[in-house]
Amino acid sequence: MFYRVSGQFKTSYESDMALFPIRQDAVLLGVILLAMYVVFPLFASEFTFKALLVPVMIYSLAAMGLNILTGFAGQLSLGTAGFMGVGAYACYKLTTIFPEMNVVVALLLSGCFSAMVGVAFGLPSLRIKGFYLAIATLASQFFLVWLFEKWAWLYNYNASGAIEVRTMDFFGLVVTGPTAAPVTQYYFVLVIVSLITFCMINLTRGRYGRLWKAVRDMDIAAELVGINLMRAKLSAFAVSSYVVGVAGAMLVFFWKGAAEPNLFDIPLSFQVLFIAIIGGLGSILGNFLGAILIVALPVLLNFVPGLIGVEVNSATLEHVNVMVVGALIVGFLIAEPHGLARLWALIREKLIIWPFPH
Amino acid sequence: MSVMERPEVVESAAVSPAQEPQKREVLLDLANVSLSFGGVKAINNISFDIQRGEVRAIIGPNGAGKTSMLNVINGFYQPQEGQITFKGERRTQMKPHLAVSQGIARTFQNVALFKGMSTLDNIMTGRSTRMRQNMFWQLLYYGPAQREEIAHRKRVEEIIDFLEIAHIRHTPVGKLPYGLQKRVELARALAMEPELLLLDEPMAGMNLEEKEDMSRFIIDVNEQLGTTIALIEHDMGVVMDLSDRVVVLDYGRKIADGPPDEVQANQEVIDAYLGVSH
Ligand SMILES: Nc1ncnc2c1ncn2[C@@H]1O[C@H](COP(=O)(O)OP(=O)(O)OP(=O)(O)O)[C@@H](O)[C@H]1O
Ligand SMILES: [Mg+2]
Repeated sequence: MFYRVSGQFKTSYESDMALFPIRQDAVLLGVILLAMYVVFPLFASEFTFKALLVPVMIYSLAAMGLNILTGFAGQLSLGTAGFMGVGAYACYKLTTIFPEMNVVVALLLSGCFSAMVGVAFGLPSLRIKGFYLAIATLASQFFLVWLFEKWAWLYNYNASGAIEVRTMDFFGLVVTGPTAAPVTQYYFVLVIVSLITFCMINLTRGRYGRLWKAVRDMDIAAELVGINLMRAKLSAFAVSSYVVGVAGAMLVFFWKGAAEPNLFDIPLSFQVLFIAIIGGLGSILGNFLGAILIVALPVLLNFVPGLIGVEVNSATLEHVNVMVVGALIVGFLIAEPHGLARLWALIREKLIIWPFPH
Repeated sequence: MSVMERPEVVESAAVSPAQEPQKREVLLDLANVSLSFGGVKAINNISFDIQRGEVRAIIGPNGAGKTSMLNVINGFYQPQEGQITFKGERRTQMKPHLAVSQGIARTFQNVALFKGMSTLDNIMTGRSTRMRQNMFWQLLYYGPAQREEIAHRKRVEEIIDFLEIAHIRHTPVGKLPYGLQKRVELARALAMEPELLLLDEPMAGMNLEEKEDMSRFIIDVNEQLGTTIALIEHDMGVVMDLSDRVVVLDYGRKIADGPPDEVQANQEVIDAYLGVSH
């Protein structure tokens, strides 16, 4: 009933190519943006920002970066966390070498460093594919974490071997460090994630999206329709690593406040990969759905025993949590192997024709 | 040796008054081309040409080297020997994406579409080499990138209308029946606006009605768009109807070359198809 498309006709290619061919989608997005930009900042607690909203957005962004490479361009990567680390360390060095540099500028620049490293590690993709490429990206993961540990210059020779984010302001407003207000950091993350999401939607629906998908679906045919495989693959590595790098920098600067090298180890790579797969490979929306399931759900599940009046000790709760989330993941994958994004697409289709079947 | 005698047939056909004069310009010329894979000689010292505006059929039994021939023409394989001249220029190194930008497009024996993409997107990939707006404008989308997208979309819609596939515009190609997939593949090749179109068995696996449709489209492409076509086809009836000249391959050698009726009557061709030992 709400998703009714009758009376909406497309009269130009612009409108056929529009982001929201159906008006209801735009309305739904409007509601979500209103909630994110106005309602949450007004009512959400510090805990909600720190434990739910900010992590979900940062993980969504990291998964989006990976999705560009794996979901759109078909190049499996197991080294996402390493590239997040490159972004984080680059941002750290930029803000210490140039203390006057605006933190947002540093953040957006740090993505350029991870993009360069991404392209360098993407070079093998010109010769190897699939499983072997995945192993090569895994090697890059090990190498980068090793570098974060051994190259003392990267963490300014701190005795702890960790990087710690100092207090920085954005035109007088404190945005990083222990004194930054969670709602401020939330807004910064929200704006950057919104911007990058907008850009990624644009890229993937246009020429680059087609190049990447062509390489993913059949690289030989892509070459034979005139696509330069090298440029298509390396551009996917560059864009993907840029986004992943910015996500990594935000993870440290707007959320954790400090990081040790092992933060960027394999578990993080796999967590991001899970989000992308469960959300839906080849989808932008899916990354957000996947992050909500994998990042926010465990946090929310912690409250369930309290709400229904059962006392559980925290260790047990942890185990139950892992099991519930694991079962949900398996369940979703069986129900819809193409991820939550496809599930939403099916529901949306049902809504459009509801209440008339067929 | 009969292989040596055949070129004379071509000469006589070319000067015969029946031949239209505008078909005389040589678009593509292959001279003494050889290609081998390890010990297998897929193409053995073959020479022939394709004239601008004609439909040139390449026929021969299975494994004769027809597909390999197309792969050499569009730069997918580098021949070990021989010269290739396209639009009057001697070719040195060749890559498929360069062949596309020089005006050579093709379809495949086994459909090679991008399964995860819609019909429209598949055809739009054929415009890749013509799209110029860089990453920066693509990120913003609204502005130059969108204008370019719309301009190419208009060309693609013309092709969609031409091939009568408007109803499946937004359908993922993986869900289309085989016959329609072949048509989408032709559309993608046409989107490249080629001067030379290479069709590798465009009617394989089609029923009679689909074959008739496809024949009609090939004739229209040739006559209305003026595209030169090299056509590999096993159905002799189709070859006789569509082609201006036919080259016959067998075991990587050229065994005949000339107008369809002449080739059909050639004893060596008949033997090759019936499997008579040489
Ligand atoms: N990539 C390759 N590697 C090795 N041998 C090949 C390769 N491609 C083709 N060949 C061989 O070259 C010969 C010619 O093959 P080609 O595919 O050109 O034949 P064709 O005339 O297209 O046959 P069909 O009618 O079955 O499509 C065959 O013996 C084939 O096995
Ligand atoms: Mg073949």
